[in-house]
Amino acid sequence: MAQKVDYDALKRGGFMRQRQRGRFSLRLHVVGGSLSSDDLVAIGEVAERFGNGTVHLTSRQGVEIPFVRLEDVEAIRQALGEHGLRPGVCGPRVRTVTACQGNVVCPSASIDCQDIARKLDERYYGVELPHKFKFGVTGCRNNCLKAEENDCGIKGAVAVEWQEDACISCGLCERVCRDGALAIEGGRVVVDYDRCTNCGRCAKVCPVGAWNEQAGYAVSFGGQYGNFPQVGRDLAPFVQSEEELFALTDAAIEWFRDNGKPGVRLGTLLDREGWDDFEATLKEAVHE
Amino acid sequence: MSEIVADERVDITDVVCPVTFVKVKVALEEIGQGQVLEVLLNDGEPVQNVPRSLRDEGHRVRGLSDNGDGTYTLLVEKGAD
Repeated sequence: MAQKVDYDALKRGGFMRQRQRGRFSLRLHVVGGSLSSDDLVAIGEVAERFGNGTVHLTSRQGVEIPFVRLEDVEAIRQALGEHGLRPGVCGPRVRTVTACQGNVVCPSASIDCQDIARKLDERYYGVELPHKFKFGVTGCRNNCLKAEENDCGIKGAVAVEWQEDACISCGLCERVCRDGALAIEGGRVVVDYDRCTNCGRCAKVCPVGAWNEQAGYAVSFGGQYGNFPQVGRDLAPFVQSEEELFALTDAAIEWFRDNGKPGVRLGTLLDREGWDDFEATLKEAVHE
Repeated sequence: MSEIVADERVDITDVVCPVTFVKVKVALEEIGQGQVLEVLLNDGEPVQNVPRSLRDEGHRVRGLSDNGDGTYTLLVEKGAD
């Protein structure tokens, strides 16, 4: 008797059915697009041994090994496991957390994106939800990682405060501000915090360090690509601590788990049924 | 700020990044710690990068003023090596 193939279980485990009968593209668990050189060698070996010797880099920093066979699933899991690698996930759950290199590498970034990505991954990766849910973490407002295309986008933000004592009144900060939030009045820098978007350009350009900077997170929700592309909304423009950040993401995930509908992304759902309850839930989470 | 007198002067309005910074560094080699170099630099990318890069390298920016003609005048005091 032919064994019945549970495609959903395989998909949950990162094995995606190919056009070619009996062949699967194996998605690997990758966080923030970071892999060690040892990982890469091991992936190459698995692709050589079980696939067709090619590797596909996905649109969201993932790695897939195509053309693996169903009967090799266990052997592949074991071969990957020996190198500390494992299959990824697909389907209605929390997907690959993407991230830029963050402030460990990039001079523009104000947060450690890789660290945040690893923590998000530990907290949520593979969690079952009504539909797919994606996180993306980017280090600054340059937004290389495209935060707002994710169900939850996290972006480095900087709260600034002018320090009169150190200022030499050169005016560079006012010049580089893209939000029209700075004005120089009688040698003093006046900040319009209603206009400030916490990009931190003023502090970065300052040649005398006349700004106090505090790093935080700008968090958006409801972004997506796929069939109905839309940009996520900045529902939390400045979250100060990591603790608050995770309180916010916990609340969002729980809300979506409880209120979501199969096959409907967060953004589509909110547009259809209203943002108020979701926004109130988030507010409550950070004010607890 | 006006009382700061420069010991040397360099014009970097005739070069582009990264030569702007290199030219300033070469000029700083010619003066001693605590002495002041006056730099004439263009608005835009040079004025946004050169002063803060000098600060990152341990020099002290003493003044920066807009000349109103698309250039800035920077006064930088040489720091310790």
